[in-house]
Amino acid sequence: MTFHIRRAPPRRSVLRGAVNGIAVGFTLPFLDCFLTDNGTAEAATGRPLPVRFGTWYWGLGHTPNHAVKTKNQTGEGIEFLTECEPLKKHMHRLNHYSGFNMPLDGRSNYTHFTGWVASRTGSAPGSNFEIPAPTIDLLIADQIGTRQRFLTIDASSCGIARENYSARSTNNRAAAEISPLNLYARLFGAEFVDPNMADFKPDPQVLVRKSVLTAFNDQSKALATKIGSADKARLDEYFTSIRQIEQQLDLQMQQPEPNMACSVPASPAPDGAEQNMPMGLEVETVVTNHKIMSKMLAMAVACNQTNVVNMVFSDNFSHMRRPGQTYTHHLLTHEETWDKDLGYQPVAFWFNCRTMQALATYIETFDAIKEGNGTLLDNMLIYAVTETNYARVHSIDGVPAYTIGTAGGRLKTGMHVVGNGDPITRIGLTLMQTMGLSLDKWGTKSLQTSKPISEILV
Amino acid sequence: MLKRVVIASFATLTLAACGEPEPVVKGAAPMLRLHTEAQYRNAIADVFGTQVVVGGSFDPLIRTNGLLTVGSAAGAITPAGLEQYDRRARTIAAQVVSEVNRDVLIPCTPADAKRADAACAAEFFSRVGKFLYRRPLTDLELKTPVTVAGEIAATTGSFYSGISAGLSGMLVSPAFLFAIETTETDSGGKPRLDAYSKASRLSFLLWNSGPDEPLMAAAESGAIHTDKAVAAQVDRMLTSPKVEAGLRAFFNDMLAFDEFAKIEKDSIIYPSFSLAVAEDSREQTLRTILDVVFTNNGDYRDIFTTRKTFMSGPLGRIYRIPVDRPDGGWMPYEFPENDPRAGLLTHVSFAALYSHPGRSSPTIRGRAIRESLLCQRVPDPPGDVDFSLFNDPNSPNKTARDRLTAHSVEPACAGCHKLTDPVGLAMEQIDGAGQYRTEESGVTIDPSGDLDGVAYTDAKGLGVAMSRNPAVPACVVNRLYSYATNKAPERDERDFMAYLEKDFADNGYRLTRLLRTIATSNALFTVTPAPQQTAAVTN
Repeated sequence: MTFHIRRAPPRRSVLRGAVNGIAVGFTLPFLDCFLTDNGTAEAATGRPLPVRFGTWYWGLGHTPNHAVKTKNQTGEGIEFLTECEPLKKHMHRLNHYSGFNMPLDGRSNYTHFTGWVASRTGSAPGSNFEIPAPTIDLLIADQIGTRQRFLTIDASSCGIARENYSARSTNNRAAAEISPLNLYARLFGAEFVDPNMADFKPDPQVLVRKSVLTAFNDQSKALATKIGSADKARLDEYFTSIRQIEQQLDLQMQQPEPNMACSVPASPAPDGAEQNMPMGLEVETVVTNHKIMSKMLAMAVACNQTNVVNMVFSDNFSHMRRPGQTYTHHLLTHEETWDKDLGYQPVAFWFNCRTMQALATYIETFDAIKEGNGTLLDNMLIYAVTETNYARVHSIDGVPAYTIGTAGGRLKTGMHVVGNGDPITRIGLTLMQTMGLSLDKWGTKSLQTSKPISEILV
Repeated sequence: MLKRVVIASFATLTLAACGEPEPVVKGAAPMLRLHTEAQYRNAIADVFGTQVVVGGSFDPLIRTNGLLTVGSAAGAITPAGLEQYDRRARTIAAQVVSEVNRDVLIPCTPADAKRADAACAAEFFSRVGKFLYRRPLTDLELKTPVTVAGEIAATTGSFYSGISAGLSGMLVSPAFLFAIETTETDSGGKPRLDAYSKASRLSFLLWNSGPDEPLMAAAESGAIHTDKAVAAQVDRMLTSPKVEAGLRAFFNDMLAFDEFAKIEKDSIIYPSFSLAVAEDSREQTLRTILDVVFTNNGDYRDIFTTRKTFMSGPLGRIYRIPVDRPDGGWMPYEFPENDPRAGLLTHVSFAALYSHPGRSSPTIRGRAIRESLLCQRVPDPPGDVDFSLFNDPNSPNKTARDRLTAHSVEPACAGCHKLTDPVGLAMEQIDGAGQYRTEESGVTIDPSGDLDGVAYTDAKGLGVAMSRNPAVPACVVNRLYSYATNKAPERDERDFMAYLEKDFADNGYRLTRLLRTIATSNALFTVTPAPQQTAAVTN
């Protein structure tokens, strides 16, 4: 077993009735399953605000000795160096983690893959494509996200849909949204219901969809009797997906929980400009799309569309490039000439700096949305992690990580947390416990831990 | 017509040339396989026509044994993926019942378009359902959409809204999204694929799509369980234009041409490269391969040496060849004998796809040749490579060969780079956008090398060496059989693979022959029952 969850029985009420003569059953609104402990409340309703979770991914780690000054022990204060200059002003909003290792028990370090898989699943992969356990965001989403329209929203600004670091298993991995326009349509298109609208009326079409899915779902269950046990598990995943869509539809039949922080954004492209929105790996395109998508993700959270958002800034091999340059970010980390005076590879370093600017933008985007007495970031916990410590040599011990936000006042911030060689899963375990999962250990083999990081808990 | 003649005479030859008995294989359990994006699109096009637009994105599959089709046997549907299927289903259903299409696509007219019509709905759903599910519907499977259509028609006052709702439900059903194989016992008490599962294996192999009416009829009558009927169906299917689509799908998968969806080139370094060039380069290579192996029923190995190809306007700018096609279409083209290009390794597609956005990559190209075309595994790079030689500011290395030679002295890297680099370096006279060049950084490029002991002087010569390498035909045999069975060949299938390789060689490396041999083999249909199915049969 990878983890042990003691979960309370679902507290859901079911309303049964009929719309236009079609029988229907859907859950009543229930958004207080996971709320802040610090008394932060939504002014309009007086209800406590929920805490939400997110991940932020960047490829190729940091430049050693030029990102964050090394510390020997955990303590307050983070000394950001040139590469992380943009994070300085946000030090009080985040924690930095260093010195956490990834023991592989003899398994290979599959370059640029093992790192993200181990940190997010708690298990080392046995091949360069295996995802041996569900990623942390989905474990948390199963706890806090099932009463929202979307369990998670996964976006990537680097233009590669399959580079989504959220998965249930090797073969159960959704494509990330890579188009700002498609992301907008999915979140705020025709099926979006504004939580602050005054005169909510359920859309009969939603009920039709629910009715159709339910009818076919019941019929399809007979298929499970015709297949072997191994395939049955995959069919079960299908039925789980159906249930999640049914739940989405249930929620669309209800008056959404109001949130004054919600302000429906404008479409990222004015009419007729759809064809002119670039996507791809040119670095300024990535930065632009990241900024647009970040705003949409933040507002998706504020508008109660989802409680879990995953953002990939650059892929695990960081194929980002600068116009006219023959070397991509990844190639630069291996082949760029080492500058003895500077002590690093200058252009690869430039990409790393640009990446940390993007992380600062992400933080600022969530912090710019007022919610309750503070900002949306106060009610978030974002786990930002990469796959290598030093990409030039593919080292995975000491992979840098950040947590951003206090999770509604549950986590201290402004801390530099030193792992002293402990498994990186200590971070994940701490985050999951902070987000309300009742698990006492996480990970497999030498990556397994039962030690949360108590120094950062309030 | 030419294709039909070629295939028909080839089929006659095949029947006359029966030789060695087919080695017996153990078989695998029947599968639950998620349809690929291409198979989904083909199914919709087959049933409703190409005028129905299929949009949205599909969850990624894991390439397994070199093929996404094999990976699809383990494919699952995520909630986000199902959301896409659901949206897509509603969009397709709306198009089918639109005023423009309903008279053509719905075989009956309701007595009153404002009310439910169970008879008309049943006629429609039983007809399309048979092809969407690739078998007749069970009573419950027909009753469900008819009931849904009736209820929705009653509440919305529109028969067609009801049909749309019922159809959208069918299109998100696992019976449509997955190929679900089932077994039965034959008269000797042995497990076998049921007739419709067998029909689907044939049609997805040959057409990358579901069975048509005659194949369904062969399944319905049970004739498909005889060798004679299978051979007749295969020969009929091999004369269908759909074979071309099937072969395209196979080579698209084998060459990993799905990667074109994310190809990107730097517009400053390669101003001639565009999205149109990328799309046309893929099409050029597929057309060239099909011209060799299908239209002319030639030797598969000739795809590495042929000077014959096809050219479009956008490609002409990369190849520096005038293309006088004001209609934007294609024209046959033959590289001159003294041209440095011949065969697919010199095509823009292969060179550009297996390169970086701003430069070529002998290592990536070499790996693609080894893995995709020779079926040889190149190990993943070690995690602890010393790149200090690359990082030396005093390095004199100017060409890719210089850099990789320096790299190969690192023991941890040498093993793999010896596999990839010599063949990859042969293509260095073609840059990252597929343009011919003779120099890099002012230094003359040396594209010479050897493939498993066969020397060559450039990429064209590498193509000749490839065409003579026994691993080349063995690889396409491996891949085509994997493609047919959705799994990598097992240990117990070695004799069968050797049998296929010999048959392929004995018949001039004709791919259509190989396709037919696999399609008519017992191995294609041999299964072991899934544990639960054994119990069900016993009971």
